[in-house]
Amino acid sequence: MSATKAPVKKHNGPRESLFSRSGAMLVMAICTFYFLIPIWWLFVAATKDRGDFTSSAPLWFADFNLVENIVNLANYRDGLFFQWMLNSILYAGAGAAVATLFATMMGYALAKYSFRGRETLFNVVLGGVLVPATALALPLFLVFSQVGATNTFWSVFLPSIVSPFGVYLARIYATSSVPDELVEAARIDGSGEVRTFFTVATRLMTPAMVTIFLFQFVTIWNNFFLPLIMLRDEKLFPVTLGLYIWNSQVNQIPEIRAYVIIGALLSIIPLIIAFLSLQRFWRSGLGTGALK
Amino acid sequence: MANRIARAGGALVLVSALALSACSTGAGTDGGTDAADACTPSDGPVTLSFTTWLPGMEDAAAIWNEQNPDIQVEVQTGPNGLGGTYNNFFNQIEAGNAPDLGQIEYDALPNFRVQDGVVNIASCEGVMDAQDEFIDWTWSQVTFGEEDSVYAIPQDTGPEALFYRADLFEAAGIDIPTTWDEYAEAAAQIREEGGYITNFSQSDINAFAGLVWQADGQWFENDGEAWDVTLDSPESLKVADYWQGLLDDDLVATLPAWTDEWNNGYNSGEVWSWVSAVWGANSITSGAPDTAGNWAVAPMPQWNEGDSAAGNWGGSSTAVLKGSEHPYEAAQFALWLNTDPEALASMNATANIYPATKTGGDLPAFSEGLDFFGGQNIYDVFAAAGAEVNPDFTWGPTMTQVYTDVADGFSGAISGSGTLTDALTTGQQKTIDAMKAAAIAVNE
Repeated sequence: MSATKAPVKKHNGPRESLFSRSGAMLVMAICTFYFLIPIWWLFVAATKDRGDFTSSAPLWFADFNLVENIVNLANYRDGLFFQWMLNSILYAGAGAAVATLFATMMGYALAKYSFRGRETLFNVVLGGVLVPATALALPLFLVFSQVGATNTFWSVFLPSIVSPFGVYLARIYATSSVPDELVEAARIDGSGEVRTFFTVATRLMTPAMVTIFLFQFVTIWNNFFLPLIMLRDEKLFPVTLGLYIWNSQVNQIPEIRAYVIIGALLSIIPLIIAFLSLQRFWRSGLGTGALK
Repeated sequence: MANRIARAGGALVLVSALALSACSTGAGTDGGTDAADACTPSDGPVTLSFTTWLPGMEDAAAIWNEQNPDIQVEVQTGPNGLGGTYNNFFNQIEAGNAPDLGQIEYDALPNFRVQDGVVNIASCEGVMDAQDEFIDWTWSQVTFGEEDSVYAIPQDTGPEALFYRADLFEAAGIDIPTTWDEYAEAAAQIREEGGYITNFSQSDINAFAGLVWQADGQWFENDGEAWDVTLDSPESLKVADYWQGLLDDDLVATLPAWTDEWNNGYNSGEVWSWVSAVWGANSITSGAPDTAGNWAVAPMPQWNEGDSAAGNWGGSSTAVLKGSEHPYEAAQFALWLNTDPEALASMNATANIYPATKTGGDLPAFSEGLDFFGGQNIYDVFAAAGAEVNPDFTWGPTMTQVYTDVADGFSGAISGSGTLTDALTTGQQKTIDAMKAAAIAVNE
């Protein structure tokens, strides 16, 4: 991270005054506070037992019962919650991986091959970026109903492996980061197109691929509406839908409320792990590019 | 968490919008007078799917599955009705892959009836004979008063009574109110003590409907040809005026219902009583754990001294959804589920339901005093209330819209713009407009 750590040697740019620097810090501090408060609340709430939950201060700890709460959650309905977590990881992890592969291949093809209708095709994909996924859920349900595939793993997985935004990003990135000369050189050396893509292009496109993967992972993880419409078998639910359903049962079974809160806390952990472990590739990729 | 709920909320708005457009296409086609569908047993073993949001329904189904190897029931789940399951049902009916059986609350059943989403199971063996087993008013909820028609089997009910803090009332020397007039007087006395007699919920419009129900009011009526909308009926306005009076004098709290604030209102002793349904016992037990032992239950206050009228808040039925290939078997399961003592006990254990059968109150679970209520057997009060619920109350076909529009008006009234009465008269007009837009015949 030499680029970011390098001391400011440039004398040509305007010097930031102390005032504007502390102003920026203040804005960032307020934003951070604003974004972290709900998560803090969630964490604190997840450590309380039922009595403390209503009676103690919402933003500070009472008796620390986090472990007991997690154990209760694990025991409730034979650990159904963890089945949901696994489902989510499968939908989001595998879905994002396949979506990244497809998007990168298509973006690369659009960037590096010229063929008739290339721009039309690209514009159609761009159009796909503009259509919100929610609007497609009901048509998708009717389509899957036609083939009798609702309430299956595939009814949530298949729509998740399409990422128009990923194609867009991959094309832009491939245009700028994969030099034509390199592809040409690979051809001269006798490499086939597919091999060139996998051995040369994907290396250079790693930062874009990581970005697409993360975006798609978060999108699928948070996708609530499609599973809500498609799924009826609770063994197939992703964690978002499962928690939502539990939350709607709070009036019947008040104890569930505690499970929803501890479950919500646990459900953000995979997202945090995905970001923390992948942002390394992201930065190193950009850094490598910058050194050239 | 908050984020996720907000997202869910956003999605729901969208669902409702989609469902509304789906409604308008389906509604016009139904005349509303089809005779009971033929109902004959299927050949060979069948598997039924049953969508419900009651937790632990698998347990009840397992009992049935063991006794009926040829009719296996597969339980599927979803969010509560308005949370998405009703919209899913309509989508699935449209797509032809709805479950055989579905849980539908009484207030949503007319919507399914109008859109031809439920099967008339009156000709299925045993269904008509079961009438006597159910509390009278629940049966009229599932037949809509039509001849030879049964559109669902009643499952549970929510007869209402008055939960109150026995210790606080006693310490302050205030008698437990038996009429609404006494209730208002008690409210003033409690306010002087620094508390509130109750909390008025701006969002639970079905709870308000329960109060109108108790006052012998009606919001809807159907003469077989068209609907009458009477949100502004004299009884309804009487109830609204009464609560508006309490609001004007700051005698009731206005904490948003089902929030931590609301729980804390009860837990801290700021709020002293709650007119609620039998299942409210769970809400209060979990929401106000520090007040254990101090609560008691009395019948609802009355409009006329000496009466014993009760309202109802909530309750579901089990319906056979359109498109089911096995209505006979589905009806048999629905009957068994909602009358068999073992099944009722199982549902009570896992989901705290209060059965709709006349003998449902005899379950062992309802025969003991509860420590939270100072040892009182509160279910005696609720069983008595259940028998006093007016059997003629009718829900309309667009309750989701009614709830939203009236709730908008109520929250306005609480923040000082308009009154509860205004909310009902505005809701009246909006309901008529919505029904017309959905091509449902309305008398004006």
